Amino acid sequence: MAGKINELIGKEAIEKKGWWRAYKWLILRRLSQLAIIGLFLITPICKWLNPEADCALGWIIKGNLASSKVLNTIPLTDPLLLLQMIASGFMGVAKEAIIGAMIVLVFYWLVGGRVFCSWVCPVNIITDAAFWLRTKLKLRGGTHFSRRIRYWFLGILLILSAITGSLAYELINPVSMLHRGLFFGMSLGWLVIAAVFLFDLFVTKRGWCTHICPMGVFYSLIGNYSPLKVRADARNLCDDCGECYVVCPESHILKPVLKGEEKGVPPVVSTGECTNCGRCIDVCAEEVFHFGLRSNKHTS
Amino acid sequence: MSSNSHIKRTTQKPKPKSIDRRRFLSDMAGTACGVGLLGLGIGVYSKSASAITAQAIRPPGALPEEDFLAACTRCGICVRDCPYDILKLATIGEEVPTGTPYFTARTGPCEMCEDIPCIPNCPTGALNHNLKDISKARMGLAVVVDQETCIAFLGLRCEVCFNVCPVRGKAITLDYRHNERSGKHALFIPVVHSSDCTGCGLCEKACILEDAPAIKVFPTPLAKGDLGHHYRIGWKQEKEKGGALISTPDKHKYNLPEGVRYDYEGEGLITDGQGNPIVDPSLIPKKTPKTDENIPGNTSPLDVLNKGNFLKGKQESK
Repeated sequence: MAGKINELIGKEAIEKKGWWRAYKWLILRRLSQLAIIGLFLITPICKWLNPEADCALGWIIKGNLASSKVLNTIPLTDPLLLLQMIASGFMGVAKEAIIGAMIVLVFYWLVGGRVFCSWVCPVNIITDAAFWLRTKLKLRGGTHFSRRIRYWFLGILLILSAITGSLAYELINPVSMLHRGLFFGMSLGWLVIAAVFLFDLFVTKRGWCTHICPMGVFYSLIGNYSPLKVRADARNLCDDCGECYVVCPESHILKPVLKGEEKGVPPVVSTGECTNCGRCIDVCAEEVFHFGLRSNKHTS
Repeated sequence: MSSNSHIKRTTQKPKPKSIDRRRFLSDMAGTACGVGLLGLGIGVYSKSASAITAQAIRPPGALPEEDFLAACTRCGICVRDCPYDILKLATIGEEVPTGTPYFTARTGPCEMCEDIPCIPNCPTGALNHNLKDISKARMGLAVVVDQETCIAFLGLRCEVCFNVCPVRGKAITLDYRHNERSGKHALFIPVVHSSDCTGCGLCEKACILEDAPAIKVFPTPLAKGDLGHHYRIGWKQEKEKGGALISTPDKHKYNLPEGVRYDYEGEGLITDGQGNPIVDPSLIPKKTPKTDENIPGNTSPLDVLNKGNFLKGKQESK
């Protein structure tokens, strides 16, 4: 892997599997992220273009990723927000928020907790762009700190809620700021997003999503129990090209799985830190990886 | 081809010196960004999380601010459901806590929809679902802040705020006061009553002053204090209970010269019109020796009191 030029990432996969299959999951992921933004925005845009018209579509989804309502009936609420609410000592939470949080919780448990990070969260586009630029500019170094720190951030956030009796983290949370800003106006919020971008670009590789974001940590805790996982059943085909380590936002999770056959490690990326982004599947020319069930050997 | 460029790259490794410079620069940038991010976070946090800001007029049914900041997910569904598009989610850098909904009465007041559409979809109950009657909403409290420029105080007829008020005649009343300047006209002074004001801000929007309005809605905790619990407003309790709780002490003895009467309803000493108290002889004890000095009304009552002879005379009489 040492000395492998980043510009070559994926070339072998394109040659062997064709362009589509070398980018499939990345493209689907971007489409998913953009589609979610689009669904939130379709009615406001319709109303903005045509203030007189009663936009026939109605609201497909209303609100933002903190809380929303699908088709004016199904409530969805960020379970971490609900947790902070409880931590803050607010006891009057309406039933709707609890139901909404349960729906979200069950969904992400099914598909993989951090599917939120890679398939839904728009900050992922920003931080992926920062990573891409960092690679292009061949920026190295910066500050390195433990990935474990993010678990502390999650704790601090809940403690902060308890101390202040409010959703204190929401005052500065860049993730919800971007969700909200995209649908309701960013104003100076762009500065915060720019700060996240620059942090990822200069300070720490994959700094925000992999080292800090407490929302990602929360979803990774759910993902620890998710049935849908990236599997490496064909790990004996691995030719040690190392491309998956480069593209993986959580590169430390791959090695134990790829090299763990002798140690009896099952060929599943079982940790919840995996975002199920599928980029390793794309980039692997030898088709080592695929999505599958945690415990089932049956391939998808 | 790919392996060729690979080799080229690795053999052209930059000299140690330039690595140092690059690392130094990126480390510097990194530290700056890190500190900047932290500073921004802390700064904004302390700014936004501080006390209730005057701008934060919340949608109808909003819980008291401290509960609201714990309950509101900042989802903006109320913003979407408001048919008049008056609600806004605060963005970072504004004084209202980030992401929370508010409206600016001067430009877009609450139109007081009867069905209150902003409330029912609120997922957490940050907007209280039990509020069904918009006139019971307490978004804030209107205050006549500029009593210098408000043209009612200048003696002109305006009453725009009174007329637009949706809780008409209750939340804002007109107090008639004597116009001291002209001496013969009345001032029609708008007076807001917190018992009925919903804080919708329609008055603030309608106020005819340029720029800042004379009547302005504030979050209730900023506009209204609490009377100490040891105070009793007797005349109000009297009205509510239908009887006197605090009676006028008409049996109270004032230290008055004998024979002089006092009107408890406010007239004061009963005089003959020239300042001399009228003496009712029937009230004067008969045993009192009639000397010039202890006949009340014979001299000025103050003189009598000051000399101390009055007391003396009283003691003697007993």
